[in-house]
Amino acid sequence: MRITAVLGAAFAAGVLSPKDVFAAEWSQKVFDAKSLADAVKALGSDKFEVSPDVAITGPDIAENGAVVPVSISSKAPGTDFLAILVDKNPSAMSASFNIPAGTEAAVTTRVKMGATSNVHALARANGKWLVASKEIKVTLGGCGG
Amino acid sequence: MGNPMRIRAGVAGDTVEVKILMRHDMETGQRKDPTGAVIPAHYIKTIVAKHKDKVVFDANFGPSVSKDPFLSFKFKGGAAGDKVTVTWVDTSGDTRTDEGTVS
Amino acid sequence: MKTNEGDDMIKNRFGVVGATLLCVLAPAMAQTSATDEIAKYRQMLADGNPAELWEMRGEELWKTQAGSKKVSLEQCDLGKGAGVVKGAYVELPRFFKDTGKVMDLEQRLVYCRMTLQGLSREDAVKTPFGSTAKQSTIEPLVAYIASESRGMKMAVSTAHPLEKRAYEAGKQMFFYRGGSHDFACATCHSADGQRIRLQELPNILNKANAQAAYTTWPAYRVSQGEVRTMQHRLNDCFRQQRFPDPMYASEALTAVTMFLAKNAEGGVYAGPALKR
Repeated sequence: MRITAVLGAAFAAGVLSPKDVFAAEWSQKVFDAKSLADAVKALGSDKFEVSPDVAITGPDIAENGAVVPVSISSKAPGTDFLAILVDKNPSAMSASFNIPAGTEAAVTTRVKMGATSNVHALARANGKWLVASKEIKVTLGGCGG
Repeated sequence: MGNPMRIRAGVAGDTVEVKILMRHDMETGQRKDPTGAVIPAHYIKTIVAKHKDKVVFDANFGPSVSKDPFLSFKFKGGAAGDKVTVTWVDTSGDTRTDEGTVS
Repeated sequence: MKTNEGDDMIKNRFGVVGATLLCVLAPAMAQTSATDEIAKYRQMLADGNPAELWEMRGEELWKTQAGSKKVSLEQCDLGKGAGVVKGAYVELPRFFKDTGKVMDLEQRLVYCRMTLQGLSREDAVKTPFGSTAKQSTIEPLVAYIASESRGMKMAVSTAHPLEKRAYEAGKQMFFYRGGSHDFACATCHSADGQRIRLQELPNILNKANAQAAYTTWPAYRVSQGEVRTMQHRLNDCFRQQRFPDPMYASEALTAVTMFLAKNAEGGVYAGPALKR
């Protein structure tokens, strides 16, 4: 039985409310995806496009790849999902965020980067998948301090 | 129960900015200990933030989120004195809930 | 031997860009060095320092009953009177009448844990440097106590003869060359503008440098994922100098700490901070 049918029945029965479910669940498939393209596929789409409405900010050089501050945002109307992906990590998907109505489509967190890599901000706005990218260099900064 | 979080929430107009610091090892499952044994994966998977019983944010984390995770987001419709509740659940099924007051 | 690696990289990348663009961008780009970028990286992490979690835990531990005597540390005298935590860190190390010694914060904590709480010395010095496998009780306590001096000026005294003696001993140790590489602290820390790879080395003989260095420990070290104290930093220095392991909370480390803390006089305490 298709998941949408199951959900439909659950909503009708009052057992589940949409806000409990459409907050996308943690998916092994999404977190195992090896690339941005694979992750979008695992999220249910086969295309995404670079958009000036999506932004990603972070350092040009991260002194330590264990903690890299990244801020992502989308000003595209209807943004209900954001995610951070790191190309060169063993799995590309680092974290994803569900944006309910009334919450700004912007989030800041810190991710681990194994090596210098492109980092992507992925957004879903009105069903369309949008992307912005930035290269972040990772270096070890010496012996002390 | 997991370690206490630090939740800071400040309001400007009716926009509340929430900043959360969580104490968690966020072990990837790829590291080895001195004997060569793999340190098992152990990380926060889901985080839900609520304001007046409404979910204002929720996140799915993977193991590549940094140790002692930091999270910051903004939502509308809050006021000083309101409570923001944050709950995380990790891969061991361990959970932690803490409350912050909007200042 | 300071190479402008960053500049070279940037110049090569823009080599193929049209002349106009190059004229506009090149001057600005050439000035952005790798160390500037790293300063920006550190700034981005300033808000939301995981050390706050250690401070929270430390405050809890300070107030928790422990040891055979089942008391908290709330009557511990850190130099400003029993239980006075505010401003204690910026006056340490200092001479304590009850022990007749100059003590730094960690020595004093060990003392209180033993005498007030009844812990054995073995238990009181256990796990001074925590890890994900074994958490430290000491590091959170140091983080909490240090945080209660935030914003206050370093004010370590050398008025007492033993304080002065500790300072002089620390100074001697600072310049003492030893180990397989004939290193002294001074080898890395007594000249301006030195660095190891991208890590700038503070010149402890330069007041501003000494202040900046001392007032940012303890710190959450991103590379360790833990809050590390001055004892840990010195332990690391000894290791990098190829010296034998120093004893935790030894008189020798307190002497070096005294030298560093006194040299930082007047500096505004800014810890616990966040470091690589």
